[in-house]
Amino acid sequence: MILIGERINGMFRDIREAILNRDPEPVKRHAMLQTENGARYLDINTGPTVAPEDQPATMEWLVKVTQEASHLPCCIDSTNPEAIEAGLKVHRGKAMINSTTADQWKMDTYLPMAAKYGAAIIGLAMNEKGVPKDANDRLALAMEIVANADAHGIPMEELYIDPLVLPANVGQDHGPEVLETIRQVKLLASPPPKTVVGLSNISQRCPNRPLLNRTFLVMGMACGLDAAIADVEDNELVDMAATANIILNKEIYCDSYLKTFRQQ
Amino acid sequence: MPVTIAKERWSSKCLETVLGTGSKQVKVGGDCTLPFLHFEGEIPNPPVAALEVLDAPPQEWPDFLSALYEGVLGDPAAWAKKCVEYGADLVALRLTRIHPDGENASPEEAARVAASVAEAVDVPLIVLGCGVEEKDAAVLPEVASALSGKNCLLGCATQENYKSIVAGCIANGHAVIASSPLDINLAKQLNILITEMNLEPERIVIDPSIGALGYGIEYAYSIIERMRTGALMGDRMLAMPVILLVGQEAWKTKEARTPDAPDWGEQKKRAILWEVMTATGLIHAGGHIAVVRHPESLRHIKGHIAQMMQPQRY
Repeated sequence: MILIGERINGMFRDIREAILNRDPEPVKRHAMLQTENGARYLDINTGPTVAPEDQPATMEWLVKVTQEASHLPCCIDSTNPEAIEAGLKVHRGKAMINSTTADQWKMDTYLPMAAKYGAAIIGLAMNEKGVPKDANDRLALAMEIVANADAHGIPMEELYIDPLVLPANVGQDHGPEVLETIRQVKLLASPPPKTVVGLSNISQRCPNRPLLNRTFLVMGMACGLDAAIADVEDNELVDMAATANIILNKEIYCDSYLKTFRQQ
Repeated sequence: MPVTIAKERWSSKCLETVLGTGSKQVKVGGDCTLPFLHFEGEIPNPPVAALEVLDAPPQEWPDFLSALYEGVLGDPAAWAKKCVEYGADLVALRLTRIHPDGENASPEEAARVAASVAEAVDVPLIVLGCGVEEKDAAVLPEVASALSGKNCLLGCATQENYKSIVAGCIANGHAVIASSPLDINLAKQLNILITEMNLEPERIVIDPSIGALGYGIEYAYSIIERMRTGALMGDRMLAMPVILLVGQEAWKTKEARTPDAPDWGEQKKRAILWEVMTATGLIHAGGHIAVVRHPESLRHIKGHIAQMMQPQRY
């Protein structure tokens, strides 16, 4: 399980203020905390309050500050192609682009960018019509992304299909469809693409958020989920991911497995 | 019709361990794929073979084996030199005299013997205790100190006695043999405990415990193979080189001990074959250092390794 730490995001108040004041400390603190807790990538998002024309400079600053505090690669998260490219330009190591959709103009923008910078990329199984209603429609869009990524020479191991998770209190009927999509994405190509979810979406505006997140993560893993953008600062969540990893025989058991999972 | 060779792509590789000093230094591990699959990934160092030296004349060895060391059996330093003449890549000194049920020699006495052997040869030295955990915990730190700076391989450290042995290795610049009873989970856990003491993982060699051919070799084979695939998939706590203590297993088998007999043929030939087959079988599973007793076994094993290190022509 590849955990992608979600915490460096301008949607959180402390990061929003850090961006406004160009104060690196909160960013570095969350970078270090998530690194120690087993993240393999750190998601970086300027948040919606930064004006579009300021987003590239803000992304550049966030990536630099994050990588001063952590050896991890970043998952550069924006709807603004210029902001993503600004992040990629200063990034050290193999970044991940978050994200393209199945819309042709977006794929034509982001897939060449992934190829140019040698970055992995997340492909959302949706288009301008919105989030598909069931697994079949999600898989059809995923297939379009797979075909386009392949045409751009992106290896399947570096393409992460995101079947799009909706909150449990809004789109309850999407839960089983997402899990089914995770299973079937593996049949789209050989070697197959990877799968990723924005885990915390499942619990938006619900009570018991950590419980929903943790339960969904383990269910996703049982269906073959490879990665999750998640609250890596939730220790229980990381423990459950480590334990599911053992039960799925992804790592050879030892008594210290909670620790080795965090050190991978 | 052209044939496409299927190749596995591994994400990681084995750790490389350096033993000894100077021109006879030995490097083991660093493999990027399964044993001898040169077409698939780099295998920078061939497996190596060590001959065993005892600190006292052997009680259990058959005469035809002891006879090869005639004149040096009471003199471990001279015995070690003989092993180097026979072509050993390393010498493995086994401290039998420290056993509490036997002579119960002191740590200081053992350290003196080890130092004399290290002085006599320029190949890397392995020092093996008597297998009684408490006694080895007392003796091996003393040995470590007497061999300070010689980059030896000391063992065996177990989950019960690793602390003092590892501390001795850290203080004096040695590598340690981490020994577990045919159990991959315990092997991994012991490696974690040892690295938590701040010994670099590159200075650990795994003794998975082995059985000889016909005596459970398949258990050792699968564990060593699983360790290797784990290492190649990124499990650093199972990526250390593997030592095979072959001699002690092969020479206690019925096949090695039964004298010449019409049905069974010549004992010498049979015993050597048993040692060679046990060692080479486990080298093909992923073993890096084979410790054997008969110089003829050593010659066969090294010959086989040399052949297997030839790159494939595809």
